[in-house]
Amino acid sequence: MSQMSKIVRTLSNITFPFIMIFGLYVIAHGHLTPGGGFQGGAVAASGCIMLLVAYGSTWVFEKIKVSRLSVFESLGALGFIGVAFFGLIFGGWFFNNFLVRNGILFNIVPKTGSTAAEFNTAGVLPLMNFAVGIKVIAGLFVIVLVMAYASSLKEWKQ
Amino acid sequence: MSLRTIVAVVMFSVLAMFFVFTALMLSFGAPMKTEMDDYIIMHTQNETGTNSGVTTIVFDYRGFDTLGEATILFAAVSGVIMIFRRVKK
Amino acid sequence: MIYNIPFIAVVVMIFIGLYAVLFKRNLVKMVIGISIIESGVNLFLITLGYREGGVVPIFTSAPSEAVKNAPGSMVLPVPQALTLTSIVIGVAVLALMLSLIMHIYKHYGTLDVRKIRRLKE
Repeated sequence: MSQMSKIVRTLSNITFPFIMIFGLYVIAHGHLTPGGGFQGGAVAASGCIMLLVAYGSTWVFEKIKVSRLSVFESLGALGFIGVAFFGLIFGGWFFNNFLVRNGILFNIVPKTGSTAAEFNTAGVLPLMNFAVGIKVIAGLFVIVLVMAYASSLKEWKQ
Repeated sequence: MSLRTIVAVVMFSVLAMFFVFTALMLSFGAPMKTEMDDYIIMHTQNETGTNSGVTTIVFDYRGFDTLGEATILFAAVSGVIMIFRRVKK
Repeated sequence: MIYNIPFIAVVVMIFIGLYAVLFKRNLVKMVIGISIIESGVNLFLITLGYREGGVVPIFTSAPSEAVKNAPGSMVLPVPQALTLTSIVIGVAVLALMLSLIMHIYKHYGTLDVRKIRRLKE
C-alpha cells in the first residue's frame, strides 16, 4: 500500500492523540464505568491502525519491526500471570485479590449503595486491566500490519 | 432442480421449524434461575471493593476464563506471523 | 408472541449465515457467513439475561430506586461477561481464516471452492 494524500495524513495526525486518550481512559476506568481491558484495547488499536492506513504499510513496516512489538505483547501476558501468582504467594489461592483491605495501592472499600466514582478502590483489578490492554493493543496492531504488508508484495519467496 | 437441491431445501426448512419453535417458547424478560447473579450483585462492593458488576466477574470471580482468552489471543497472533514468514532478502 | 422479537432476530441471523456457508462458492463469502453466525450467537447470549425494567448492574451514580430493591431491578451480569470472551474468540478465528485464504489464493490463483481440491500440485 502506498501513502494517501496530504489532507488525509494531516487529519489523521490531528485526531490520533484524541483517540488514544479516549482508549486509555476506557482502560483505566474499568472498575468504575463500563469498559475494561479488552474494550479500551480495541479502541486504541483502531487509532493506531488509522495511522497505518494513512501512511502506507511499506513505509511503516520498515520503521517498526515486528520483533520489537511482540516484546510488548509478551510483557502484557507476563504481567497478567505475574499478578495472579502474587495472589498465590500472599494469600492462599491462585488469583487472590491481595490488595483490597491490606495493601499499599488500591485498598479502599466503597460504601454500599450508589456512590461517586473513586479511583483508589478495587484491589488488583486496575493492574490486570493495564496488562490486558497493552496485550490487546500490540496483538491487534501486529495482525493488521503483517497482513497489510504481505498483501502488497508482488510475489513471495518460498 | 436436482435431487441434491431438493433434499437440502427440505432439511433446511425442518431445521428452521425446530429453531422457530424454541424461540417462541422462551420467555423474554423473566429469567428462571437467578441465585448466582443475585449473590454477585449484593456482595460485589463488600468483598472485592469494585463498583462495577461486569468487570469483577471478568477479572475476579471468573478470572480463569480471562486467562484462557489471553492465551487464545497469543496463539492467534503467533499463528498469523508464522503463516507470513518468508526468507528475508 | 410479539415480545419475543430478539429471539426471532437471532434465528433469522443464524439462518442467513447458514445459507451463506452452504450455498455459495466463493471462499470470502463463506467466511462472511461464519462471522454472521457468530454475531447471532452473541446476541442470543446477551438477550438471555434481561429483566423487565432493569438498569445496568453498576453502582457508580446509580438511580436510588434501583439500589433500594437491589437484585430485583438489575440486569444479570454473568451473560455479558461471557459474551466478551466470545467476541474476542471470534476476532482471533477470523484473523486466522483470512490469512489462510490469502495463502490459498497465492498458491492456486482462484477462490472457487470446486477448483481447490488437490493436496499436491
